[in-house]
Amino acid sequence: MNPEQLLYAETHEWVHIDDQGDQKIATLGISAFAIEQLNDLVYMDLPAVGTALDAGQEFGEVESVKAVSPLYTPIAGEVLEVNSDLPDNLEWLNEEPYGKGWVIKLKVTDDSGLANLLDHAAYEKQCAESG
Amino acid sequence: MTSSLAATPLLPWHRSAGATLAPFAGYEMPIQYGSIVEEHQACRNAATLFDVSHMGRLRFDGTDAAALLDHLLTRRVSDLKEGQIRYSLMCNEEGGILDDVLVSNLTTPSGLNYHLLVVNASNREKIVKWITPHLADFPSVTMTDRTDLTAMIAIQGPRAMEICGNLFKSDPSRLKYYRGTITEQFSKPAIVTRTGYTGEDGIEIIVRAEEAMRIWENLILAGRKHGLIAAGLGARDTLRLEAGMPLYGHELNEQIDPLTAGLKFACNLEGRSFIGDEALRTIAQQGPTRTRVGLLPEGRRPVREGCDILSNEGAVIGSVTSGAPSPTLGKPIAMGYVDNAFAAVDSSLQIDNRGRTQAATITSLPFYKRER
Repeated sequence: MNPEQLLYAETHEWVHIDDQGDQKIATLGISAFAIEQLNDLVYMDLPAVGTALDAGQEFGEVESVKAVSPLYTPIAGEVLEVNSDLPDNLEWLNEEPYGKGWVIKLKVTDDSGLANLLDHAAYEKQCAESG
Repeated sequence: MTSSLAATPLLPWHRSAGATLAPFAGYEMPIQYGSIVEEHQACRNAATLFDVSHMGRLRFDGTDAAALLDHLLTRRVSDLKEGQIRYSLMCNEEGGILDDVLVSNLTTPSGLNYHLLVVNASNREKIVKWITPHLADFPSVTMTDRTDLTAMIAIQGPRAMEICGNLFKSDPSRLKYYRGTITEQFSKPAIVTRTGYTGEDGIEIIVRAEEAMRIWENLILAGRKHGLIAAGLGARDTLRLEAGMPLYGHELNEQIDPLTAGLKFACNLEGRSFIGDEALRTIAQQGPTRTRVGLLPEGRRPVREGCDILSNEGAVIGSVTSGAPSPTLGKPIAMGYVDNAFAAVDSSLQIDNRGRTQAATITSLPFYKRER
């Protein structure tokens, strides 16, 4: 994935939408900025395939030595696939947060949450201001 | 950052090193410079430097200084030899812990003897307020808060002593554990004590605030070829947890007494009177109802402070006071209090880890002990 073409939530999740005409598939991950901030990742919790998620709902958590960070989906959908090898290979998040560090894929049931997301430039600005 | 935060004399260095800074006990302190795990491992395998200038430093002068401290502390300190240091607790009348402290009996090169009390940063104001009324009963004693006039630096790790061997007028490695001296560094006075909070060998250094940056940079330079790096409060916390050491505000507070906290060694209850003595003697006779224990949770998910500890039948029998992934053991570790009936080492129990129960085993403290 090219980070410049993704959408971002203020809570640092990235979203990629694959519009297949009859349905939309969303891939969610965690931004490189957030991974760098978290530092020293030790644990990750992912939802079960088939879980129905509302926009804004917590779907998992990523934990560092110092803190636990919940993961939120900005759009509603059903969990289609999870990156089940990721919790045993947390270094993928550092190495390829936009590649093999993807977290879940959703079958989108309501994409109205997309309107609240930031494009790459706006997200970069948010990170610069908080950093 | 709010400008109301106090700065240690080393804050400019932390900033320039790119540290993650956060408010801690009213000070802007470095939590980490890079990776907490790397800083932790550097302390276990080589050496690390900590800015601990936020810790409170109270100086007691006068012939009755030891007598005053004896009255305030759970452990006898009037028999401290010159250069000797002792860990002790300050309690209220009910036996609740106001703070855990280090007392040093020190003599200046010019022959002036005094006692130094190092207190937790978060308790400094409370302790100064607590002690002040008692000064009236010991008119020869003056208490001076030296915290803002000085800085405190800890160098800890297996290579710490060889790194700082040549930096002081008298070689710190000649000091026994829990001994201290006032020596010189570049002809400026420095208090050096063989103490620490990591489970490793090392020293803590107190210098005048204006000397702090120079000595810090000297140590960084001297330690470079030995693998020394600066470490923040994040690694300091995981290091002390592995070493099984309690932390005020987590394992210790005013609702917990020293006997419950497993700190009986720091209480001399016989043949002396001090604030809280009667309450502690009563607790000692009856026996505390809870015990501070080490916990090894199963799996990889760390348990954190505040998680309920449950019996295998699901009854709440205690709570977690500190928890973290242990970089040395490579798995989660925790400390907490449990009811005595459940406190036996190797007992299995459950921890309510934010809504999910996780099996855990009670283990003896510390989790980590260095080879001496």
